[in-house]
Amino acid sequence: MSLERRWIVAIWLVGVAAAIAVVAHTRYITDLSAFLPAHPTPTEQLLVDQLTDGPASRLILISLEKGDSALRAQVSAAMAQRLRGDARFSHVDNGESVTADRDREFLFQHRYLLSDAIDPRHFSAAGLRSAIEDTTSNLASSAGLMLKSLVPHDPTGEMLHIVDELSRTPGPRTQDGVWISADATRTLMAAQTAAGGSDTDAQELDLAAIRSAFAAAAAVVPGAAVVELRLSGPGVFAVSARSKIKQAATRLSLVSSVLVICILLAVYRSVVALGLGLLPVATGALVGVAAVALGFGAVHGTTLGFGITLIGESVDYSIYFFISASKSWRHMLWPTIRLGMLTSVVGFASLLPSGFPGLAQLGLYSISGLIAAALVTRFILPELLPAGFAIRDVAPLGVRVGRLRDALRRSGGPLLAGAACALAAAAAFVIYQHQHTLWNHELSALSPVAPEALAYDATLRADLGTADVLDLVVISGPSLEAVLRGAERAGRALQPLIDAGVISGYDSPALYMPSQLTQQARRDALPDDESLRASLRAAMADSELKDDSLQPFFTDVQAARSAPQMTPDDLRGTSLAMGFSALTLHRDDRWNALLAMHAPNRAAAPGTDLARVRAALTSARLSDATVLDMKAQSDALYASYLHEAIRLSLIGLAFIVVLLWLALRSLRRVTRVLIPLVLAVLTVTAGLALGGQRLTLLHLVGMLLIVAVGSNYALFFDHESAKDGESSPRTATPLTLASLLVANLSTVIAFGLLSFSQVPVLEALGMTVAPGAFLALIFSALLTSRVPPAPAGATTDAHA
Amino acid sequence: MSAERRNMLSALLVCLALLAGSAARADSGALDDVLHSLAARRHGEVSFIEQHFLSMLKRPVESSGELIYDAPDHLEKRTAEPHPESLVLQGQVLTVQRGHSTHVLDLKSYPQVLPLIESIRATLAGDRAALEQRFKLEFGGDQARWMLVLTPLDAQVAKAVSRVQIDGARDNLLRVEIQQPDGDRSLMTLRPHASP
Repeated sequence: MSLERRWIVAIWLVGVAAAIAVVAHTRYITDLSAFLPAHPTPTEQLLVDQLTDGPASRLILISLEKGDSALRAQVSAAMAQRLRGDARFSHVDNGESVTADRDREFLFQHRYLLSDAIDPRHFSAAGLRSAIEDTTSNLASSAGLMLKSLVPHDPTGEMLHIVDELSRTPGPRTQDGVWISADATRTLMAAQTAAGGSDTDAQELDLAAIRSAFAAAAAVVPGAAVVELRLSGPGVFAVSARSKIKQAATRLSLVSSVLVICILLAVYRSVVALGLGLLPVATGALVGVAAVALGFGAVHGTTLGFGITLIGESVDYSIYFFISASKSWRHMLWPTIRLGMLTSVVGFASLLPSGFPGLAQLGLYSISGLIAAALVTRFILPELLPAGFAIRDVAPLGVRVGRLRDALRRSGGPLLAGAACALAAAAAFVIYQHQHTLWNHELSALSPVAPEALAYDATLRADLGTADVLDLVVISGPSLEAVLRGAERAGRALQPLIDAGVISGYDSPALYMPSQLTQQARRDALPDDESLRASLRAAMADSELKDDSLQPFFTDVQAARSAPQMTPDDLRGTSLAMGFSALTLHRDDRWNALLAMHAPNRAAAPGTDLARVRAALTSARLSDATVLDMKAQSDALYASYLHEAIRLSLIGLAFIVVLLWLALRSLRRVTRVLIPLVLAVLTVTAGLALGGQRLTLLHLVGMLLIVAVGSNYALFFDHESAKDGESSPRTATPLTLASLLVANLSTVIAFGLLSFSQVPVLEALGMTVAPGAFLALIFSALLTSRVPPAPAGATTDAHA
Repeated sequence: MSAERRNMLSALLVCLALLAGSAARADSGALDDVLHSLAARRHGEVSFIEQHFLSMLKRPVESSGELIYDAPDHLEKRTAEPHPESLVLQGQVLTVQRGHSTHVLDLKSYPQVLPLIESIRATLAGDRAALEQRFKLEFGGDQARWMLVLTPLDAQVAKAVSRVQIDGARDNLLRVEIQQPDGDRSLMTLRPHASP
């Protein structure tokens, strides 16, 4: 026996050591991937690319406020200079023209490859005549004296045409040489991070770099101490959400740990019991993380954050164990706990097949953690109890609670069953009434970002003209050349929409870097010297331009005919390189070109009519182009998670019924166990609906927890009733009651605290589980019992 | 999103605005009298014909439209022929409209252009100190019929414009001629609207 005991403890220690080894070598992921689908559809993959690496995800909006605008402009310039030298940022723009000369040089040099006016007809006599007429009329305009230096090289006006195409996008207002908000109260800057927006660690460092650049700039500019820095954007939200959740979770779990420890100390009056009681939880947490690490290869931060909460049930195991630490443990309590644990495991197993990696991990974590905790409670705790171990006798508490319960049941009698029926009916009615608004299908429901922060973000975006970066046409293909060709065709398909005012324009990588095919076609359209001179002679016959002024034009065209085509390398050092790289994504063997839609300038109906964009692309037979409405797609993704989770939970419920039937072998007992749980879930759901809450994924996880925790209560009372039937002595009952009460109290305290959190995910979990667990206990105590006559019939009605 | 490529076009457009209504004046007591009467004028509307004499053109090219001034800082040039175009200078902000496109430019971003624009305004506002900060002034004639020649002090500005000559009678501008270093020039002839 002693040898066997040592073996058991040794096996446990080895297991714990192995788990620690695994946990220590695991990769922990703090990025968004917990929320991104594990097996995305092609459209979802586009969304995932955008969310993790897309230009929108990497944009940090920087605002300088307070103080005089000239002062802010100086700070902005100093800050931008510092940030431009920082490799963390691929692009920093505050409105200053830092690369204007290089840009001009690039555009001028490659004008015959960049201009979409170039085709063979453009250099015919008629084409030249019309182009030269335009140029002459430009010379007559106010800009004539400035433009005239271009004319001998570029009489067809390609340079002006390119500049005009590229500057179609309306930009922010500029004052003192830098961007400023429309009301002139904010000086603006935009920084594109090199790291993907989903890399929250990198984003946090990037934000710190911006803050220190601001501090350094403000220190250099005299009087700049009054200027304040404010940041916004996806990265800012992600970082603040993470720290908010971390802070709230840490603070709340600290407070609830202290409270639970106080309760347990008050109940046990034994530090040893308290210490031993932590072993199942600690082992469970460790094994849970190790199992996720082995099963998924890496552990998400959210799994760590919520996992402990989900296996809080395992604290109950040791409570049951200590309070009923008698010979009855192994024979009476353990089978009940085991069944309760298995019920929870089956419930959480329903999360395993979820396409939402975060949920799947939580499922595996809970399953393995609960099994480990139960096994430790069953096999290790009894072996570790010191000789003469005793906790305070809590039987008197149990007796008092038992008397109260009996009194209630006696006086309530059949009324209880009726009340349960009525409650169930009322809850069902409320839920039916709210059926269309019961669930919140929007991802923002989970967002811990305050509405004020979102409003501020929208203001900055409106000032910067980046609001429409959410509407993208994505062209996918196997190579850069393929997606650039696609972007060119999509651009042609979109042109009628610009003319019709559906969009005010679009930004495309092909504007900066035409496909090789297009470049070649344009180069091939350039005539040889002889035919060009012949056409020009014909075109110039009645022109205002003097014939002998165009010698540089002939030289440039012949040079362009033999010059190599452009590659993205040629963009280096220009502001166009940033625009180009922001609009192309390369991942593994797939390329994406992004066309950012610019919404029409109308206040009445903001936003872009994406249906018409879609129709235009469809009629142009652009099968490799997808219109990506980021908000709609994100919501659709989340809604699919939610629907899947609801479906899986219902399947889990079915499996729980099967499990209970296999264990109890009595339809009546299965019903008796399920009724309090179902009633608790219904009541809480109805309560939340009445309170104006719309349910999210976290409420659903909370319901699973109610079933997991509540099943223990119901099974205990069912066990007791079953014994009543066998006329066994009810000696364990006061102790059982006391242990259930203590376990329930600790659960309600822990989750009740969560419901006060400002973080939606924590709040949702708390406000579901705390009342649910409490109700599950009350309902179990009052309904799962044979004391009132004919309870089965009544409860069956309630169930219906 | 790129400031640079916008600025490029903007620079071109600013220069055109510049040339739009280049007008300035001045010398000694007579200059002060002229500036004083100009300053007294709060509002003006004239039609203009602008000719560009460029060496690369066989004949000068011509445009026409109207100029509107409101004291102290609103200047508008509306070209009607041959192609409609509108330039509105309000405070430091120049709004350029050509065809479908509108461009809003902050003149503080163009330090080489700003002096010229500011001087036009200074002239119309009769602000001699502001003029002398940026130009060498030569004044000829008298109040009834005068001529003011402005030569840019800034070397960068002088690369684009060698001199601006403004002819006027009392508080009316008659003629604004802009000379470039290479000999090209533009001539704007102003004619008051038929108004009392």
